[in-house]
Amino acid sequence: MPGAVLDRTIWAGVVVTERSSRYPGVGMDVQSGPVEAGEQNLVDRLRAGDGAAFTGIVRGWSPAMIKVARQYVASHASAEEAVQETWLAVIKGIDRFQGRSSLRTWVFHILANIARRQGTTESRTLPTSPVDDADSGPTVDPNRFRPVGDRWAGGWRAEAAPQSWGPESATLNAEARVVLTAALAELPQRQRMVVELRDVHGLPADEVCGILALSPANQRVLLHRARAKLREQLETYYTGPNEPAVRP
Amino acid sequence: MTGDYLPCAHVVELLTDYLEGALDPATTARVDAHLFDCEPCTTYLAQLRTTITELGTLPEPTLPADTVIALEAAFRDLHPPHGH
Repeated sequence: MPGAVLDRTIWAGVVVTERSSRYPGVGMDVQSGPVEAGEQNLVDRLRAGDGAAFTGIVRGWSPAMIKVARQYVASHASAEEAVQETWLAVIKGIDRFQGRSSLRTWVFHILANIARRQGTTESRTLPTSPVDDADSGPTVDPNRFRPVGDRWAGGWRAEAAPQSWGPESATLNAEARVVLTAALAELPQRQRMVVELRDVHGLPADEVCGILALSPANQRVLLHRARAKLREQLETYYTGPNEPAVRP
Repeated sequence: MTGDYLPCAHVVELLTDYLEGALDPATTARVDAHLFDCEPCTTYLAQLRTTITELGTLPEPTLPADTVIALEAAFRDLHPPHGH
């Protein structure tokens, strides 16, 4: 029976770093919008009762779904409930899926409705317009660059330029990953949601735009601000805080 | 050759657009040219890539195992395997 044999080592919580194993059946470069061949195949497999295909998307998509649901509901447990209810709705509704959006976008749309409704019954205050985001201004301290009037205005000052994080900088040590996780938690909500969906969960840009109702340009702004902030926190960890020459 | 000088302070703000392929070809060429001979910006970009890569390896909390098993059972009930 397809899907009956489960690989416990994966879903017992072992970190799966391979993007393609996170999102089985849907290539990361697949654009949403009209359903593409690979995804039509996935939809067909689900409709044909392919349990492995179902388990694959449940494992692959649920982490990001929990993150999105958590925006609307009061607890992690409620978010898990919303995700579970969403999958039940998908099981019931897959035969009615029209393919006007990608399957994943459709699933997240169902999730948003369920989580929003659940959040309302929990009297959870929905996130209001994000005034705290600081979505403008430079992402790197201007004091690290040569001032206006300098021949190389806007170039890095030699003493403030980024330094190598050392020979092992291609991958972070365990302590640096703790720093990264903490820095992620401190980001303004919209930036955090975008960078989590894009870089932690690996969703493509256009699907993140759909899920969070962002324009492509705005999505990139939030993503860049989040990444720049996280890089800066790692830099502080590796090379110490950067000391600007003159503080106004 | 590749247009006027693009200062580092500007380049660092373009790097996500650069990685996303969202810059127009002329600006992409200017960023490429800048990175070609700017070591600090190249370092900055490498560190941004490291940050992105590491984010992709952070643990992702998922559904409890018994929830997944219950969902699989619900799926089998409504969609009994056929045709394969």
